[in-house]
Parts: sequence; C-alpha cells; structure tokens
Amino acid sequence: MAVALPETEARPKRGFARFARRNPTIVTGAVLLLFMALVALFAPLIAGDPLAITPINRLQAPSSEWWFGTDHLGRDVFARTVYGARVSLIVGLSVAIAAVVLGLVIGLLAGYYRGLDAVIMRVMDGLMAIPAILLAIALVALTRGGVLVVIIAITIPEVPRVVRLVRAVVLTAREQAYVEAAVATASSGLKILLRHILPNTVAPLIVQATYICASAILIESALSFLGAGVPPEIPTWGNMIASSRLFLQMAPWTVLFPGISLALVVLAINLVGDGLRDRLDPRLARRM
Amino acid sequence: MTAYLIRRVLATIPTMGIVAVFVFLLLHVTPGDPAAIIAGDNATPQNIAAIRERLGLDDPLWQQFLRWIFQLAQGDLGVSMFSNVPVSTLIMQRLEPTLSLALLSITLAVVLAIAAGVLAAWKAGRTLDRVVMGFAVFGFSVPVFVVGYLMIYLFAIELRWLPVQGYRPIAEGFWPWLRHLIMPATALGLAYVALIARITRASMLEVLAEDYVRTARAKGVATPPLLLKHALKNAAVPIVTVIGIGVALLISGVVITETVFNIPGIGRLTVDAINKRDYPIIQGVILVFSLVYVLVNLIVDVVYTLVDPRIRY
Repeated sequence: MAVALPETEARPKRGFARFARRNPTIVTGAVLLLFMALVALFAPLIAGDPLAITPINRLQAPSSEWWFGTDHLGRDVFARTVYGARVSLIVGLSVAIAAVVLGLVIGLLAGYYRGLDAVIMRVMDGLMAIPAILLAIALVALTRGGVLVVIIAITIPEVPRVVRLVRAVVLTAREQAYVEAAVATASSGLKILLRHILPNTVAPLIVQATYICASAILIESALSFLGAGVPPEIPTWGNMIASSRLFLQMAPWTVLFPGISLALVVLAINLVGDGLRDRLDPRLARRM
Repeated sequence: MTAYLIRRVLATIPTMGIVAVFVFLLLHVTPGDPAAIIAGDNATPQNIAAIRERLGLDDPLWQQFLRWIFQLAQGDLGVSMFSNVPVSTLIMQRLEPTLSLALLSITLAVVLAIAAGVLAAWKAGRTLDRVVMGFAVFGFSVPVFVVGYLMIYLFAIELRWLPVQGYRPIAEGFWPWLRHLIMPATALGLAYVALIARITRASMLEVLAEDYVRTARAKGVATPPLLLKHALKNAAVPIVTVIGIGVALLISGVVITETVFNIPGIGRLTVDAINKRDYPIIQGVILVFSLVYVLVNLIVDVVYTLVDPRIRY
C-alpha cells in the first residue's frame, strides 16, 4: 500500500474526484469509516433493541426479519453489531486522542530538556516491555471499571510509541539552523518548543494517531473477548464473539458478523493511516 | 565493542526494574484494598485481615517493594491465591504448549514474511507487490480471534481437515502435535507476517537501489543470488530488529490464541487467573513475558552487533 501511484492525469480535474484518484487508499478507508461512524451514531434509528431476549427465536439464521440472524438467547445480531460499533469507535478515538496528547507532552519534554530524557526514556522502555494486552487486562481486572477504565488501560501502553516518535522529531529539529537561530536570538525555551519544534510533530502524529486508533480497537475487542473489557451487558464485537463461540458450528453468523465488522473498521483506519503516511510523511513511507 | 555489549546487557536491568515497579504498583496504587481484591467477593473481614497479615500489606510501601524484589531475585514469583502452588511451578507446567505455539508461529512467520517481502521488493509496483502489501494491511487488521474462529469453522468444522481445538504434547508424536498447532500458529502469526513482510520489502527496496547491486547485476549475477546474497544479507538489520520488536505482538496474541484453540499454555493460565482475580499469577506472567521480550531484543541487538561488521560502537 506504500506504493505511490504514478500521475497518469493529463487534464487536471477538480475537487473530490481528483483527490480520490490520487489517494485511493485514504478515500476508500475514509468512506468506510464514515459509514461505520454514521451507523454507530444513528444506531437507535437503524436497529432494534440489542438487549431484547426472545428465547423462542434463538439461533435463527439470517433472514429478511433477522438480517444477521439471532444468537443463543434470541438477541438480534444485527442490532448488537450496530450497537457494538459504538464502543469500538469511542474507545479507538478516545485512546488515540489521549495517547497523542500525553505522548506529545512527555516527548517534547524528553526531547528538549536533556536532563529529563534519560529518566523518561527508561520509564518508556520499561512500559514498552510489558505486553499491551496483559497490562490492559490487569488494569481492568483490578478496577472492574467501565468504558473509561478500558480507555485508560489501553492508553497507557500506547503512550511510549508516541513519546519515542515525538522525541525523535524534536532531536532532529533541534539541530536545524532555524532553531539555532531562535536560540541565538534568545527566545525562551518554551517559545522555541511551541513555535519552532511543535509544528514538526504534527504530520507524523496524525499518522501515528490513526495506527493507535486501529490498535486500540483491536485491544478493546480482545479485552471484551477475554471477559476483561467493558461490562458484559454493553454489546461489543469482542464479547459477542466470546458469548457465541460455543455455537460456532450451529450458528456461524453469530461470530461472522461482529468479526467482519471489526476487521472492516480496523482495515478502514489502517487504509486511512497508510494513505496519510504516504502523503504527509515521505520519510516514513520509504521506510515502511 | 565489548564495552558496548556490556552496556547493552546492563541496560536491561533498569528496564526490568521499571517493569517490576509498574507490576508492583498495579496492585498497590489502583483504587481498592489489594487484600480485598485478592480475597474476592465473598471474603469476610477476617479473611481480608489474614491476607493483609500474610502479605505484609500494613508495612510501608517501599518495604513491601524491597521484600518483593528480593523474592523475585531469588526466582520466587509468589504463590497462587487459589491453588497455593508457586507461580513459577504453574508457569513451568504450562511452558511446553506456549513455547511450541510461539516457536512454530515465529518460524512460519519469518520464512513466509521474508519470502513475501523479498518478492514484493523485487516486483515493486507490480501486481505481486500490490497483492503482498494488500495482504499485509489485511493481516494487521483482522484480530487473532476472528481469524481463529473463521479457520476453525472452515478447516475443522466444514472440511474436517484439522482438529477443532486442543493440544497434544510433542512426546505423543510429531504429527499430532503439528496438526493441533497449524491453525493456532497461523492465526497467531498473521499480524507478525504482515509486520515483517512490510519491513523486509522496505529494507530490500533501499538496498536494491545501491550501486553495488547495479554493479552485481551488470556483472551478470543471476537474480536469485542477487536478491538473497547481495541484497537480503545487507537488508537484514532492520528486518531482524523488527522480528525482535514484533515478539511483543506475538506475546499478546498468545493469550488470545490459546483461549480460541483451548491450548493449556501460559496464556490460558493468565485468562483463568484473570477470571479468578488470582493476582500473583497475573503479576508473575506479566513479569516473565516482559523479561522474554527484553531478552529477545537484547539477543537481537547483540547478535547483529557481532555479525554485522558495519555496526561499530
């Protein structure tokens, strides 16, 4: 996906069509993602009650009445899949924002104030050594919290990635002539950091944020799947698959639809990320 | 170089120290009384008091930490709250399935991914390249458990080629062992394949643009030795680094894969411990897995420092 498409355009087109031709991955991903976001947002208008239990209708195959079939309690898999999008997208977005903000602050400090660097980076190395899912599981299991705890638990292991990235950008920027010039004109440290160094981090951070969002959705689904996620009464794709797995042979649709939705959302985000990376960060694009 | 190696080995100590601090603080700083958490939902105040006493939870935090670190240094990971079996014993009992799964997965992933990455770089921009890179994005996007259940449905339930779940020790024969591990190792390795294939392609593309590759080609070196001997060998450092870093992916995946395929390994041990809130086991497993990650990356660094004459410190 890292391949830059050659410009075949002879006549310049305008607007969206032109953008879409030049950035097929971003547009494919973004359209898919927008669709999922709208589904999540308007879930009550699209689907029925995801919690309604109708034992008489258990394990019904997909039909015109039950688009995605029903699960072992007779719950509507379509409604649950639609509502499941909410948790995934909220967690993905929140973790991406929280991890980027935290990582940005810590990374700027580490990169600019050399005294802090060694300490911060050792802590980050330690944090990175702990498997993300295990750390998140342990945090959630201990506090038995809701969505907020899940978000915090997934954010913590993602922060070091952002810190490392921001720090690397700052270290490079520090050596640039315009920063040296700012230092020579006796600008304050904070001003240099915010006005001259911060803008360099924007492009790689946007790319990183999309990957963190994808990773957060995968980890959330894994936590729900393992029974250490959001409370089980909230439908998520992970806990849908976990509760239906014993019925895989009789009712594969109970696993299939949440599974496909999960894969599609993560795929969409990764496509947007890859496309943005190729556009915004050619250095990284060449490396990956 | 010796000085570098010594420094590199010593650098793992603060890293593991930080890991230990995190794992310790997890239990002691999160809201709630650790004794109450360990005792579970149906504990009486007497139970809780007994646990406080036994774990020394009334001592100052730093004393508890030092005592815990001292035990760890002696290889004592604590004792399961439920079975009263030492955590290190539990982990050793579960080692074979997890190690089999992880090693098979790494082997499969490295072989497939490097082959795919080299081919993609060779045919850069062509259909083969697009297919490989498309597959890589896909591999990053599909969760281990979704792939796992799809494979079970297709290859075990519908086609009946492979057993649905479970594990056979290698002592019971190589073929039954392998049959039970093919699907888990493939599902687990998918994201790892994607990661390594991408970096292999990128690293190869860089090397293939070098002058000496053009010279070799002009000299009439055939394509296979050109790709493998001239290019891949010189593209190896980033690939090997990512293989090391990717072990983190694998470790997280093990926990899920063992649940999907009902493999009685360390991952299952962890999930069972979570459901029972058996905290010493969770702590022990996190420490051991983190140590594995740190050691693998230490070995990777040391090996390519020794092997690659271009790296000098």
